[in-house]
Amino acid sequence: MFPYIVRRVFVMVFMLTILSIITFLLFNAVPTDPAMLTCGKTCTPDIVAANRIRLGLDQPLYVQYIDWIKGIFVGRTYGSGSATFECSTPCLGYSFRNGEEVTTMIVNALPVTMYLAIGAFTLWMLVGISAGIVAAKNHGKWQDRAIMGISLIGYSLPVFFVGLLLLVFVIVRWNFLPYPNYESPFEDPVAFFQTMLLPWVTLAILYAAYYARLTRSQMLETMGEDYIRTARAKGLSERVVFRKHAFRAGLTPIVTSAGLDLAGLLGGAVITEYIFSLPGLGRLAIGAVTEYDLPTITATVLVAAVFVIVANLVVDILYAAIDPRVRLS
Amino acid sequence: MTNVILEVKNLNVEFTTDDGIVHAVKDVSYTVERGKTLAIVGESGSGKSVSSLAVMGLLTGSNSSITGEVFFNGKELVGADPEEVRKLRGDEMAMIFQDPLSALHPYYTIGDQLTEAVLVHSKVKESEARSRAAEMLTKVGIPSVEQRMDEYPHQLSGGMRQRVMIAMALINGPELLIADEPTTALDVTVQAQILDLLRELQKEFGTAIVLITHDLGVVADLADEVLVMYGGSAVEHAPVREIFYEPQMPYTWGLLASIPQISAKKEQLDPIPGSPPSLLNLPNGCVFAPRCTFKDQVAGDACANQFPDLLAVSVDHEARCHLTESQRSAIRSERKIGRL
Repeated sequence: MFPYIVRRVFVMVFMLTILSIITFLLFNAVPTDPAMLTCGKTCTPDIVAANRIRLGLDQPLYVQYIDWIKGIFVGRTYGSGSATFECSTPCLGYSFRNGEEVTTMIVNALPVTMYLAIGAFTLWMLVGISAGIVAAKNHGKWQDRAIMGISLIGYSLPVFFVGLLLLVFVIVRWNFLPYPNYESPFEDPVAFFQTMLLPWVTLAILYAAYYARLTRSQMLETMGEDYIRTARAKGLSERVVFRKHAFRAGLTPIVTSAGLDLAGLLGGAVITEYIFSLPGLGRLAIGAVTEYDLPTITATVLVAAVFVIVANLVVDILYAAIDPRVRLS
Repeated sequence: MTNVILEVKNLNVEFTTDDGIVHAVKDVSYTVERGKTLAIVGESGSGKSVSSLAVMGLLTGSNSSITGEVFFNGKELVGADPEEVRKLRGDEMAMIFQDPLSALHPYYTIGDQLTEAVLVHSKVKESEARSRAAEMLTKVGIPSVEQRMDEYPHQLSGGMRQRVMIAMALINGPELLIADEPTTALDVTVQAQILDLLRELQKEFGTAIVLITHDLGVVADLADEVLVMYGGSAVEHAPVREIFYEPQMPYTWGLLASIPQISAKKEQLDPIPGSPPSLLNLPNGCVFAPRCTFKDQVAGDACANQFPDLLAVSVDHEARCHLTESQRSAIRSERKIGRL
């Protein structure tokens, strides 16, 4: 098991390096001059030139890349002489649009996205997997058909539609909940839950529908395996056959999907955050894109990608923990 | 206490499918005596596996219907409480399967799977169950058992896996073992070892065996009695010696003719022409008629119109065929069928 993890970690570091290069090139591929964007309203060519030197944009690309990576690990000082300013570790850049270090913006937005993703994840895993199991156990009966029918509807509804529908009815028309106004759960737990409830449900509907279908098909497939017949031939009760022999085997693909879906959301649930005015990573990214806030765009892309890569590693390790064949091959 | 452990009477199995009703097993009857071996022989789709799954109560799909009678140790299993049948499974009757790699759970160690088999049926401590598992694995010829107990099925060779399956099936000392093509997925050299092992264990435990196979070599090796199945029906039923020396049914002849023989001067094997019938659409008359070389010798269209009854040829030998006894012996001596 240990060599397997070490090998996976090496692969991950390699992937992260490639990824940082791509993200960095993205920054430079944008058809605007970053130095130009740092210049205020009263812009003169002199200021632009000075900013270019200050931000290190006059250096060759590979030096810029190394500076950028160094900034993440040891922090960075922009400019020289009296006009310097410090960007502390981990420095992801400086947003001139907001006059703030990008790292600070990300650190502020990240918890919101995390609460959103983890809450929705918990909700959809519970609902989706239980529904899938009930459907598989009652294969072909009305329970199965009902669950599959409902999940098909849930799966076909786009997030922006469900989100807006919930917003319009639950909040605007019926006033069941106050208008969304994000508060930290440590400062105002009630407001936090009132704000997060609908976003959680919005995301969970889509994913729960998908996981119900996935779980059902996985369980049905597994129940047809030869080793399930063997388990029955041993005289195990249906309950044990299902829980011990079938569920663990059917679980593997669900773990893979779940890890990657959670990671995807941690990178920012753009639409949901936008609809419910949640100051998360998704909103940060959209805002940065509309304002040409290049360092912020790069940073949000990097953070989202890191989540996916780390989730991949976690999924691989979980996979090996569940399936011994992966461990040893 | 009678000597019969399993008695199957007029067993019928039907599956309802989208294409219609599949009559997979039709009116099959047989008995198995304690400590003896009955071989059920036939091609794929002849109903041999389905009939044994029905006996074990392992046809769980809601689309199957089982009628007839199955007496295990005098106890009727068809229509019995599934919970009662479950308690018998793995304890008094056990089953091993064709492909031991897919039949063993890939996620649990050999030791865990065997220990579980003990714990289902006896209230013993886990450590006790584990040592019983180790003992049984030693008995089936697994080397360095302690180490193997902690390994997973994919780490063992095919022959070792089948030994594990046999150990798992016999660990609670069942009176009946159903072996569904136990050697088909194995190398030829390993096949012989597994058959030897089955024979030894049968002697030691006095287990009755229902051996499902399409390999007459395996039959000759292990069986006391043979039931030949075709298209869901029993077509011939006789002691093993009679099947090889006095076969009465053209399908059995075909099976015998298709065994390669080192001593034979023939350069080619004689396959049975055609392929097995679809169980969805069985021929009206004899199920074997479309592939039978001898149907022209039967007067009228009997073979095409009427399914022959399973009639006694001698005391313990039954066969389905419209050919008269003298026609059959003429054909057999002409074609040198059976070791006359």
